[in-house]
Amino acid sequence: MKIVLAFITTLLSVILLTENNGPVLQDPEEDFQIQKGIENNLFAEDNEKCLVCHGEPYFELTDTIQGITQNRLMCEDYHIDRDEYYHSNHWSFACTDCHSYDLEIFPHPTSARLEEPYHCNDCHGYDEQYAQYQFEEIQEEYLESTHAEIDGFSCWKCHDPHSYEINIRNSTKLEETILYDNNICLECHANYDNFQLLTNREEIVIVESHNWLPNESAHFTSVRCIECHTEINDSILVAHKLLPKDKAVKRCTECHTSDSRLLATLYKFQSREFRANVGFVNGVIFNQSYVIGANRNIILNIFSFIIFGGVILIIVVHTFFRIIRRN
Amino acid sequence: MARRLYLYPVWIRLWHLLNALLFLILIFTGISMQFAGSERSFSLIRFDQAVVWHNTSAIILTFSYVVFILGNIFTTNSRHYRIKKDNFWSDLFTQLKFYAFGMFKKEKHPFPVTYEQKFNPLQKISYVLAMYVGMPVIIITGFGLLFPEILVQQFFGVSGLLITDILHITIGFILSVFMAIHIYTCTLGDKPTTLFKSMISGYHEEHE
Repeated sequence: MKIVLAFITTLLSVILLTENNGPVLQDPEEDFQIQKGIENNLFAEDNEKCLVCHGEPYFELTDTIQGITQNRLMCEDYHIDRDEYYHSNHWSFACTDCHSYDLEIFPHPTSARLEEPYHCNDCHGYDEQYAQYQFEEIQEEYLESTHAEIDGFSCWKCHDPHSYEINIRNSTKLEETILYDNNICLECHANYDNFQLLTNREEIVIVESHNWLPNESAHFTSVRCIECHTEINDSILVAHKLLPKDKAVKRCTECHTSDSRLLATLYKFQSREFRANVGFVNGVIFNQSYVIGANRNIILNIFSFIIFGGVILIIVVHTFFRIIRRN
Repeated sequence: MARRLYLYPVWIRLWHLLNALLFLILIFTGISMQFAGSERSFSLIRFDQAVVWHNTSAIILTFSYVVFILGNIFTTNSRHYRIKKDNFWSDLFTQLKFYAFGMFKKEKHPFPVTYEQKFNPLQKISYVLAMYVGMPVIIITGFGLLFPEILVQQFFGVSGLLITDILHITIGFILSVFMAIHIYTCTLGDKPTTLFKSMISGYHEEHE
């Protein structure tokens, strides 16, 4: 009994000691003390000229000649949630940083309404300041992805510039990152109203198409869709080359093994940091989460091999003496 | 002169056979999952098949365990699992000494099998620990892994799932060691096959 207790105590000590070496889900290079929010945006007052309509579900339309004023529904595509916007990546912007000044005129002139929207790389591409994020390579990946084949698809479909908040780099809770990122996919793939605006394909029922996964819900909450549906890219943090469904990962041991695919996908950021500090592959997923087949503790492995080897040795020696003392 | 004692009624033999079979499947599939290799490396059994076999066997084992507990409550079989405090350590030592030295000197068994005493002190303590400590823990942690949503997410900063799994595989490992020793000690009858035959016929046989 004492031996069993000692064994369990040792195990728990190993777990608890390892906790201190665990990875931190934060990018040390970035300053996350930035205070976002409407009160810190220098252009908030100017932005209100737009948000007075675009920030509300309804806007007022007035006919000055006839003196009629009516409330009209603001189209969802043109509605900006103030709270989301002022906490997004672009929280500090003025509306006119990206949109024409002509839109300050109401009703908006058609030429201004037909303005070509900016793309990510118009600002982020080929700029030293953003070099570490490799936007150029992300664009190359995107252009090879299945999404790029769809008419009307752009970066904005997944990364709404008015609400998108970069996630994996500054996340302290992996499950929240997974939820946030998966919701981006589900916005279309679990919402046929949005899905049918982009394609004529039949509705995909995610729960049915993934029911081959053991413990489906655990997979949905533990990994991002892109873990299995993108091609691994070692140089960029988040792979953007969405694959056709027949090329998605279906073999369990791609993830459930010691050189788990997740180390190059979901845990890439953490593993890079952790390896740099401690150099222990797989230790990265030791504390934060658990993946059957991938989490292996070398101390426990050695310990178990020694014990089992010892038992087998005792049995062999015992058998040997039984044989020689048989008569 | 051969002595025959009817010690293993049908329900115990059937339960034991099922338990043994399920244990072997669970150990095999458990090791296979724990040390699953990618396509390039060796795998005992395909991961998805291992998961199905492991989960199915575990659920059957749980029912079989309930049968064992009920059997021990409603029959007299539980008397074999009652540990006496008196001479506990000295009896254990005596039995260990017999296995280590006595049996090679043809000494008499210090705790001969009787209708009232089916197990020797070493068997008794290991069976009690396996069935009343190891099994509940491995079943409960197993269900925790099967339904991870019921687990505590974080425990002192460590994933609840991880702690549950460490406990599960540790008890699984201890029970696997128990299994190896159990199978070996079953060869310690009059002949190496005698005790295995007992678990089929129900009769314990030994020469006096």
